[in-house]
Amino acid sequence: MPNHNNSDKPKPQDSKLAFDKALLELGHEHYTFKLYIAGMSRNSQQAINNIQLICETHLQGRYNLEIIDIYQQATIAKQKQIIAAPTLVKELPLPARKFIGDLSHTKQLLAELKIISNPFQSKE
Amino acid sequence: MQHLLKTPTGIKGLDEITDGGLPKGRPTLICGGTGCGKTLLAMEFLVRGATQFNEAGVFMSFEEKPEELSSNFASLRFDLNDLIDQKLLSIDHVKLEPSEIEITGDYDLEGLLIRLDYAIDSIGAKRVVIDTLEVLFFGLNDEDLLRSELRRLFSFLKSKGVTAIITAEQGEKTFTRFGLEEYVADCVIFLSHSVSHQIATRRIRIVKYRGSAHGTSEYPFLIDEQGFSVIPISELTLDHPASNERISTGILRLDTMLGNKGYFRGSSVLVTGTSGTGKSSLAAHFVNASCARGERCIYFAFEESQNQIIRNMHSIGINLNQWVEQGLLKFQNTRSTLYGLEMHLVVMYKLIDEFKPSSVILDPISNLVETASKPEVKYMLSRLIDHLKTQEITALCIDLTSSKEEKEGTDINISSLMDTWLLLQIMQGSGERNRGLYILKSRGMAHSNQVREFILMDDGIQLRDVYIGSGGVLTGSDRDNQQAKDKAEYLESKQEIERKQREIERKKAMIEVQIASLQNQFEAEKEDLLRLINKEKLRNELLLQDQLDMSKLRQADPTPKSSNSSEGSYQ
Repeated sequence: MPNHNNSDKPKPQDSKLAFDKALLELGHEHYTFKLYIAGMSRNSQQAINNIQLICETHLQGRYNLEIIDIYQQATIAKQKQIIAAPTLVKELPLPARKFIGDLSHTKQLLAELKIISNPFQSKE
Repeated sequence: MQHLLKTPTGIKGLDEITDGGLPKGRPTLICGGTGCGKTLLAMEFLVRGATQFNEAGVFMSFEEKPEELSSNFASLRFDLNDLIDQKLLSIDHVKLEPSEIEITGDYDLEGLLIRLDYAIDSIGAKRVVIDTLEVLFFGLNDEDLLRSELRRLFSFLKSKGVTAIITAEQGEKTFTRFGLEEYVADCVIFLSHSVSHQIATRRIRIVKYRGSAHGTSEYPFLIDEQGFSVIPISELTLDHPASNERISTGILRLDTMLGNKGYFRGSSVLVTGTSGTGKSSLAAHFVNASCARGERCIYFAFEESQNQIIRNMHSIGINLNQWVEQGLLKFQNTRSTLYGLEMHLVVMYKLIDEFKPSSVILDPISNLVETASKPEVKYMLSRLIDHLKTQEITALCIDLTSSKEEKEGTDINISSLMDTWLLLQIMQGSGERNRGLYILKSRGMAHSNQVREFILMDDGIQLRDVYIGSGGVLTGSDRDNQQAKDKAEYLESKQEIERKQREIERKKAMIEVQIASLQNQFEAEKEDLLRLINKEKLRNELLLQDQLDMSKLRQADPTPKSSNSSEGSYQ
C-alpha cells in the first residue's frame, strides 16, 4: 500500500519562495525522504509514525515523504539497494543517506539529518 | 528411507568427491581465505547449472558488481550476459556502504529476502549463490540481530527449495570468521590456497556432508580457462587391468633384450641414468614408435622446450615434428617449479583426460623433487602411475640420477612402482665416455641380463654387444682395442703352445739320449764290477789252496782234505 507523495519537484518560483522563507526560519533546506517498509509490520508502523512525527515537528512545509512497500515493488528494493526494512533514504539535501531501523533513535536521527544544527552542542 | 537427493554441480571432479553433487534444496557453505576461488566455484555452479542442467540461478553478490563479474568470467569463457538474457541467470549486487548507513532502531533484513525471493521467482531459479554473506557483519555491525536474520535467511532458502551456495571468509580458528558453519549444517566445503616451497597449491576438502559419503582427503584443484576442476585423485588401488599386449620400444635391439617384444602396454617404464646418458633419446625412440603406430602420446617435459627437444632429436634422425603436426604428439613443457606438485598432477590428469594418449613421457621426474619432498613426489607419482595404469597408458619416466649416488637406485625411490627399469650408465675409461644400457628389471617377461653399449648415431640409437672378458666390461674404442689385443694374445698363445710342444719333443729326445748313455755307462760299470768279483773269487781260492799246501808241509793234520771231519779227531 504505497502512499503517494504530496507533490513532485517544486516549481522554481515556489522553491525560491520556499528558500527565502526558509532562510528566515531555523531550518532552510528542503528534505526529500523515501521510506521503504516491508508490509505493515510493527517496525514499519513505528517507522512511519516516527518519521511523520519528525517531519511534522521539524520540517513542516519543507519535506516530501514517500512510503514504499517493497513487498509490492520488489524491483525497487534491488534498484535502490534496500537490504533492511524499514529503511529511510534521505535523498535531499545531498549527500544521500540511509537510515536503517524503526527510526526510534530520534535524537541521533535529528543530528544525522542535520535538522538540529550542531549535534555536538545540543546537549539536551 | 528417502535417499538424500543431490544437485550435480557439473564441475569437473567435484561431483565425484561429493558423490553426486551438493545436497539438493539445501544450502552449502563454501569457505576459505581470500583468493582461494570461492566466487569462481560458486559462479561456475550456476553457469554449469544453466548450461548443462537447464537450471536457472541467482547470484547475489555482496562484493563484485554485475559488470565486474561479467568481465571476470568472460576470461573463463563464461558468457554471463548471454545467460542473463536467456533468463538463466540473475545477478543482484547488494551494495553495502557502512559509511552511508545509520542504524536508528529496530529492523530486519526483509529487504534482502524480498530481493532474493523476487530474483528466484522471476527466473524460476533452482540454484542460488550468496557471495559473501559476511559483508553484512561489517556493514551492519549488529551480530545478534544478524544471527537471527541469517537463521531466517537459511530457512527461507530451504523453503524455496533452492540448492544454495553461501560463501564465507575463513576465520582464524574457525572455518568462517563469523561462524556461519553453525547455520549451514548440511554441507561444508573448505578451499585452501597454501604455499610451500614458494609454490602455491589450491586444495579443496569436504569438511562435512551430512547423510552422504564423500571423499575426505584434500584434493588439489585447478583454475584455468575452462574453469574449476577438481581432480579426484583415486586412492591407491591396485586393481588396474594388466595387458598382455607388447609394444615396441622403438629400438629393435632393445625389443630383443626385452623378450623379443618390447614393453607391456600400460606398464610403467623407468629410465634412469646420469646426465648425458641418452635418456631423452631413448624416450624419443619410444615416442616415435608409438606415433608411427598411430597412437597418441604426451611428452611432459620439465626441462627443455618443445622446439629444443624436436631439434635435438632431429640430430639422431628422429622427426618428432611430423607427429606434432599430425596431432599425435603433444608436448607439455612446464618448469617443475611453475606450480606445486599437485598442480602438476592436476594439469597432467586434465591433459591426459583431454588428449587420451596411449603413452606418456615424463622427462624428468627427478625435477619434481625441486617442488616438494621426496615422499610427496613418490606419492604423487604412484597416484599418477595408478591413474595411467587404470587407463592402460604406457608411462615412460625418466629419472636423472646424480652420479655420486649408487647407480642401482633412484633419488625418489620409485623403482618399486615400475615394471621395467632401464639403467643407462656412463662407462668411463681411457679418456672416453661410453654409454651402457642394462635392464635392471622387467616384470613378467624374459629379459636379457647383459649390458649393451648404447651408441647415438645419425639414424638413432644402436645397441652393441660390449666386451666382457678378462679386461672387465669394455666399450667403445676400448672394446675395439681389447678385441685386437685379444686376437694378438690368441695368436701369441697359439705360437707359444706350438713352441712348447716342440720343446717337449726336444726334451724327450734329449732324455732318451741321456737314458742310452746312462745305460751304456751302467753296462760298462757292471762289467768292471763282475770282473772284480771274479778276480776276488780267484784270489780267495788261491789263498785257500796256499793254506792247504802249507799245512801239508807242516803235517799238521792227517786228513787235510776234509777240514770238517777232522774236528772229531781233535778229541
